[in-house]
Amino acid sequence: MIAVLHVKDVHYTYAGFPVLSGVSFSVNKGELCGLFGPNGCGKTTLFKCCLRFLALHKGTVHMDGEDVSRKPVEALAKIVSYVPQEHKPPFPYLVREVVLMGRTPHLGGLFGVKKKDKEIALDALDQLEISSLADRPYNQLSGGQRQMVLIARAIAQDTPIMFLDEPTSTLDFHNQMKIWEIMRKITEEGKTILACSHDPNHVAWFCDRVIVIANAGVVADGHPRDVINEEILDLIYKDTCSVRSNDGVRMVMPRCITEKKERCSPVSAAEQPYDSCKGTNPKT
Amino acid sequence: MGYDDVGGFSEYKKILILFFIAVLLFATALAAIVMGKYGFTVMDVYRTVFIHMTFGDISNIEKLNNTIIWDIRAPRILLTIFVGGALAIAGAVFQGVFRNPLVEPYILGVSSGAAFGAALGIVFPAIFFSLQLSAFAFGSIAVAVAYLLARVRGETPVVTLILAGVIVGSIFAALVSLLKYLSTDAALREIVFWMMGGFYYATWNDVRILVPVVTIGFIILWALGWKLNILSMGDDEARTLGVNPEKYKFIVIGIATAITAFAVSLVGIVAWVGLMMPHASRILLGPDNRYVIPASFMMGGIYLMICDTLARTLTNAEIPVGIIASILGAPYLCYLLRNKGRVIFG
Repeated sequence: MIAVLHVKDVHYTYAGFPVLSGVSFSVNKGELCGLFGPNGCGKTTLFKCCLRFLALHKGTVHMDGEDVSRKPVEALAKIVSYVPQEHKPPFPYLVREVVLMGRTPHLGGLFGVKKKDKEIALDALDQLEISSLADRPYNQLSGGQRQMVLIARAIAQDTPIMFLDEPTSTLDFHNQMKIWEIMRKITEEGKTILACSHDPNHVAWFCDRVIVIANAGVVADGHPRDVINEEILDLIYKDTCSVRSNDGVRMVMPRCITEKKERCSPVSAAEQPYDSCKGTNPKT
Repeated sequence: MGYDDVGGFSEYKKILILFFIAVLLFATALAAIVMGKYGFTVMDVYRTVFIHMTFGDISNIEKLNNTIIWDIRAPRILLTIFVGGALAIAGAVFQGVFRNPLVEPYILGVSSGAAFGAALGIVFPAIFFSLQLSAFAFGSIAVAVAYLLARVRGETPVVTLILAGVIVGSIFAALVSLLKYLSTDAALREIVFWMMGGFYYATWNDVRILVPVVTIGFIILWALGWKLNILSMGDDEARTLGVNPEKYKFIVIGIATAITAFAVSLVGIVAWVGLMMPHASRILLGPDNRYVIPASFMMGGIYLMICDTLARTLTNAEIPVGIIASILGAPYLCYLLRNKGRVIFG
């Protein structure tokens, strides 16, 4: 296994408050790695440190065997692409133009948008089945549509490593599944993806690897079947989740629902109306 | 330059529009040179310019034609084109880099800073030997101060940027007033007329100073048009797309400030051109700066040429062009505020 992303002992402090203290992990080539953790645990900060938006206070980040802090911005953009959570530019660039911007690191000389680059941009739109949006102004789309466009832009950038910051957070169920399927396909081509997500089911179902961040450090790192369990979820979400298995597929469910169901289950939970368990506090 | 047509990237149409604007620029220049107190025919103009361009015998031209067409109107028209163009592309650049379609050299205080630098040059010619360099230095200070003042937690919101520009502009305006108060009568008169903006004293010498600087600036900014698109997406995104935001912002803001300062130091303050022309270009061609920069340049030239021709033909005496440009620009700004205000201010 070749580690293409290697994060070692990263520290970052914001206004005297340690956001990351001693985060270390590495991701192998071709892995779809989920980054998982509660709000405010430092996932986005970790992304920004890896991508050099923020200067590390301590530690190193290596991508493709090279220290990112020594790489010029132009060279780094050929190694790693980034899908931000949400942003809205002030100018009405067309969707096709926004996706074409993904080709920037590969453009030679001062001008040089080539025919090939435009074709790659259109292919990326095709791959996400959003070619119909090509001529719409990007800043007038809905949040979910914009997210799809940014993913298309990262695909057009064609880098060995991709960082996605909550790529499915504003998408409908159909598009969420589509994006995870596409991410799986991309990793099968030998690319490496690091994606943040807040949905434990998504990371359990689709990722090869999960890194759980909490309290400014890594609390678990491994295959989803070893990581997404009640012990870890209780640790980061304070007793709100239960893990159940349904035909061999692991499901993370809210504890309040499972406990109700289990208490009522002797009478057959499926037919039991939800209301009949109402008012009973599972803790008592 | 990447203008070839692929599956709906409709580049040919945009090139055609650019070509039409170029034709319009040429036609406006021709109309401007013919119009005036002494009417000439297009033939007169053609003959005069042709003989000069081919280094022919100047004594073949009528003396009056030669003086008015070649010595007075030609440099004046060239100067209006390049001043209008410079202000317009500077506006396009500031709008892109500051990610805000409402900024322009005047709003950011660059013009006031440059005006103060130039006024220093008029009052203390011994210390500030070059009007242009002094204007550039103070224009740069103004934009730097406005930007730093507006920066809140790593972001520069629209409202603070505009307010910061107003603050910086008013400080420099006060300093100019102080200079006026301290200066001699002759210098005072010079400052006042120069501040209102005008091309009365346009000479070939001014053209020789301004045209090379603006041409070089224009070519570099045009070449960086695509990078400017990326910069307008924000710093973090520019970085992940391989465009170093610090480096390229410094380059493009530096060039935009320099050409603004040179233009202001030669003709005084002309407001709003830098806001209106890029906006109009975007309506015609979309926001891609590879088209917006050349279109803004030519449209800025056309607009200022029309203003200046009105300034010198409307009444018997000349009206300062800054006044005409502000009066003509105001309705457009009202339109922007009423129709696009919500989009711009969010």
